[in-house]
Amino acid sequence: MSNMRRMKLTGSYEAPIGTTMYVVNTGDWRYQRPVTIAGKCRKCGLCSLYCPTGSRYEEANAFATDLRYCKGCGICANECGAAAIAMVEEIRT
Amino acid sequence: MSGTTTDDEARVVRPGRIAVIDGNMAAAWGAKLSRPTVLAAYPITPQTPLVEYLSTFVADGELDADMVEVESEHSALSVLQGASLAGARTFTGTSSQGLALMYEPYIRTSTLRLPIVMAIVTREVISPQSVWGGQQDAITVRDAGWIQIYVEDNQEILDSIIMAYKIAEHPDILLPVNICYDGHYLSHVADRVEIPAQEDVDRFLSPYSPSHIKLDPRTPMSVDPLTPGDILMEYRYKHVRAQARAKRVIEEVDEEFGRIFGRPYGGLLERYRLDDASLALITLGSTSGTAKVAVDAARNRGVDIGLIKLRALRPFPREELFEALHGKAAIGIVDRNVCFGWMTGVVYAEVCAALRLLPDQPPLIDFVAGLGGADITFKHYERAISLLQQAASGRTVAEVTWLGIDFEPGEEP
Ligand code: SF4
Ligand code: SF4
Repeated sequence: MSNMRRMKLTGSYEAPIGTTMYVVNTGDWRYQRPVTIAGKCRKCGLCSLYCPTGSRYEEANAFATDLRYCKGCGICANECGAAAIAMVEEIRT
Repeated sequence: MSGTTTDDEARVVRPGRIAVIDGNMAAAWGAKLSRPTVLAAYPITPQTPLVEYLSTFVADGELDADMVEVESEHSALSVLQGASLAGARTFTGTSSQGLALMYEPYIRTSTLRLPIVMAIVTREVISPQSVWGGQQDAITVRDAGWIQIYVEDNQEILDSIIMAYKIAEHPDILLPVNICYDGHYLSHVADRVEIPAQEDVDRFLSPYSPSHIKLDPRTPMSVDPLTPGDILMEYRYKHVRAQARAKRVIEEVDEEFGRIFGRPYGGLLERYRLDDASLALITLGSTSGTAKVAVDAARNRGVDIGLIKLRALRPFPREELFEALHGKAAIGIVDRNVCFGWMTGVVYAEVCAALRLLPDQPPLIDFVAGLGGADITFKHYERAISLLQQAASGRTVAEVTWLGIDFEPGEEP
């Protein structure tokens, strides 16, 4: 293959075979984050059922967000019947 | 007739049985001798008799394979994907609109690196409604990652299908292969074909035993997971690399087949009376036979012309064409297809790209011909050769001539 430079190849498979889970870091997509207003949360758990990334979890007094995979879609805030979640702009410096 | 006649002294095996069979039967024999274990196909003109012949072989117990009757071409190739993933050697064939319906699994067959062999019994694409010859169907899918070999006669169909498995399953290649033969001109016309003995084919072609991709509960593999861009680029690169490597393997397999069975075909391309020629024609498929007769006639008149019969369209023999055509005074390409948007044929456009660095650029002329079952006649070739001579002598000749509908003022068909 005279027209090709040497490639740095990382996998040994010739055909598309999965060796590990390719984890997509959905946390990188977020431009806004859910913030739980502690006094309003009734701990009904609805937000954790609707969250597409499984990022809502239970804490002692309210539900909270695992920001590693929260993609900021706002579904939790939309579904919360107690209006206990505010979506706040994500600012990274 | 292929220019590569059987050389009884050179070959290793005994001559095969002589039969007079059409191209579809030759393809069915090529498949049968390669011992596929799963077949699936949906009938479409002009491939239909191929399916009937294969079904007959299976029903009569002459071929130990499962023939899956499917409801569409999409299903035919999808069935073979599953079978190939389970380790089976597989075969199918299609034409024209059937190939179009098959496109989604077609592209996935090559990107999954499944060494399936499929005949494309080439036919014009519609519309206008047509069931006749043309190569637009196979040519249109040339960039879907398969190897594509085009053949000239019925013997070459049979032999090329056997060779196709050896190329497809080669550990450096692992790509599906199309053997493309002209609908009606070959598929429905009987010709003398030598059918090799099964034990000789068995010596040439060992059983398929995949390890690169397979569904096997004893060694589980996750096949085709969602793959992010950086890893996908790596797989694309490997696929392109396999196409590049296939050039060498096609030549090696052809050389080995020629040594054993006495019928070499030239690998990527056949050179016919080319080396001492100053003019060259390039053809693809069954029209090469007429072209050779026209080249012989022109030689008898003192015109020093030769021919390249292109066998491999994918991988495209760029370097080999460059080397073979270096120093020619004029080159004519016969295209049984069109390249929409280039206003030429596809082979012309690709040859232009391959030859772009030739010193003293020789004139390149395209001849679009034989679409939808229109014949490409001896007279057409005489006209093409005359235009090539004019171009070589410095006269300005149109870039494209549509043989059969395109005449100079005062010229008659
Ligand atoms: S849905 Fe609202 S109220 Fe219910 S647990 Fe989640 S944040 Fe709290
Ligand atoms: S914003 Fe979307 S991803 Fe993040 S916790 Fe709410 S529902 Fe889940």
